[in-house]
Amino acid sequence: MEVRTADGWSRPKPAADGAGAQFWAAAAEGRLLIQHCPSCGSRQFYPRPICIACGSDPAWEEASGRGRLHTFTIVRQNGAEPFRSELPYVVAMIDLEEGPRMMGNVTGCQVDDVFIGMLLVAYSVKVSDEVGVVFWEPAGPEG
Amino acid sequence: MADRTPVIVGVGLSDYPKAPHLDGLGHHAQAFQRALADCGLAKGELDGYAGVGMGMDQAPTFAEYLGISHRYIDGTMTGGSSFEFHIQHAAAAIREGLCEAVAITYGSNFLSSMGRSLGTGGFLAAGQRVSGIAQYEAPYGGTLVGSYAMAARRHMHEFGTTSEQLATIAVGVREYAGLNPSAMYRDPITVDDVVNSRLIADPLHKLDCCVVSDGGGAVIVTTAERARDLRQPPVYVLGAAGGQTHWNISQMPDFTSTAAARCGPEALALAGVGPEDIDTLQLYDSFTITVLLLIEGLGLCPKGEGGAYAAEGNLRKGGSRAAQHRRRRALVVPPGDAGHIPAGRSHPSVARPGRGGAGP
Repeated sequence: MEVRTADGWSRPKPAADGAGAQFWAAAAEGRLLIQHCPSCGSRQFYPRPICIACGSDPAWEEASGRGRLHTFTIVRQNGAEPFRSELPYVVAMIDLEEGPRMMGNVTGCQVDDVFIGMLLVAYSVKVSDEVGVVFWEPAGPEG
Repeated sequence: MADRTPVIVGVGLSDYPKAPHLDGLGHHAQAFQRALADCGLAKGELDGYAGVGMGMDQAPTFAEYLGISHRYIDGTMTGGSSFEFHIQHAAAAIREGLCEAVAITYGSNFLSSMGRSLGTGGFLAAGQRVSGIAQYEAPYGGTLVGSYAMAARRHMHEFGTTSEQLATIAVGVREYAGLNPSAMYRDPITVDDVVNSRLIADPLHKLDCCVVSDGGGAVIVTTAERARDLRQPPVYVLGAAGGQTHWNISQMPDFTSTAAARCGPEALALAGVGPEDIDTLQLYDSFTITVLLLIEGLGLCPKGEGGAYAAEGNLRKGGSRAAQHRRRRALVVPPGDAGHIPAGRSHPSVARPGRGGAGP
């Protein structure tokens, strides 16, 4: 993932605690980590210390950072800053190429140009050395 | 042998929809008093309690506040469906002999304390550090309305459901609100009113959303035996089933299906009835899409056809199809924020002594 520097981060800030510390730190370096279970082969997001399919210990795996938009909304009312100042914006569910689904914002296009099925590419906004937050934008012509 | 069949004998609602004179606890107490007065049970007979709060106070503190010395207690927290689970659990506890009479209460002063920010970003401060599971969603500015909107968007994509079809659900709910002297909004609305109201989170408009209110509710569950000399005809809990597929929206396995698809048929089977026997519905109507997903899940229409089913007027008061469907009616229990109390007799228009049930 491309890493961009946060120009003052005023959104809620991930504590990067618990099982996800590695995920957040990797994102700060431009790597999107998901979990893969060596025992049963299933993949999952968000990070846990347990495979939600079979109960064994999952391992980290780097995802491609490519995904497809499963569903979305254009948020037009949010009383909390800084979101209020950014209205309208897109909140979406993105199906990663590897399978797991995650929430994110789609940026880099008009909100009205967002559609279900569109191909997206992840980028990371570096909040600190310990925390990178994953965002999405439309994939270029090369996908 | 005493008949331990679980029955609802008393219900009470606190002042709503706007009650700045009460705090959340005050809603619990007032609804509880009214439920006791409704059935005539002495307070001292209660030996069970169930309830949940959306803040620090939980079942043990509510029981203390109301002065209930309990030997059965349930603080199950599944969000807005908590109270249906409480009914299910209380019914099992009564039948099993764990206790004789259970009070289930809820109270909220969300409207007076937080205004209408509940569904649109009222919880997080700028720059706030977020721990645990919530940190995977909090940075993106999702809202409660937005979560439901994503379900609606996906349903539209998969099944061709339209905003106009969803709007007919809001029109029908408002028709029933017109029968309730205490409802916040009682004037009829049209499909055009809904689809022309401001978008809050596409594709949901302002009038696709429920209103935030103050209010509380209480239900008393006891045995059919004890109900014999109480004031109201008992409402039998014929069937109850519950289920939950996820908590955070990103973990919803299927954006167009809810746990109702499993537990609805289970509850109906326990009661020995089918969808065709149901002529009164009390559905959680947080948003129009919620109602649509529930009617599909409960099997009132095939999956994907909820939009057409609603548009045909099935959920409208006196709609033509509704009449053909044995007066199937939708009516939703006040008050709303994250909770609602199921009750067999929430309004005189749905009084059905001897029949009742807590669905999902």
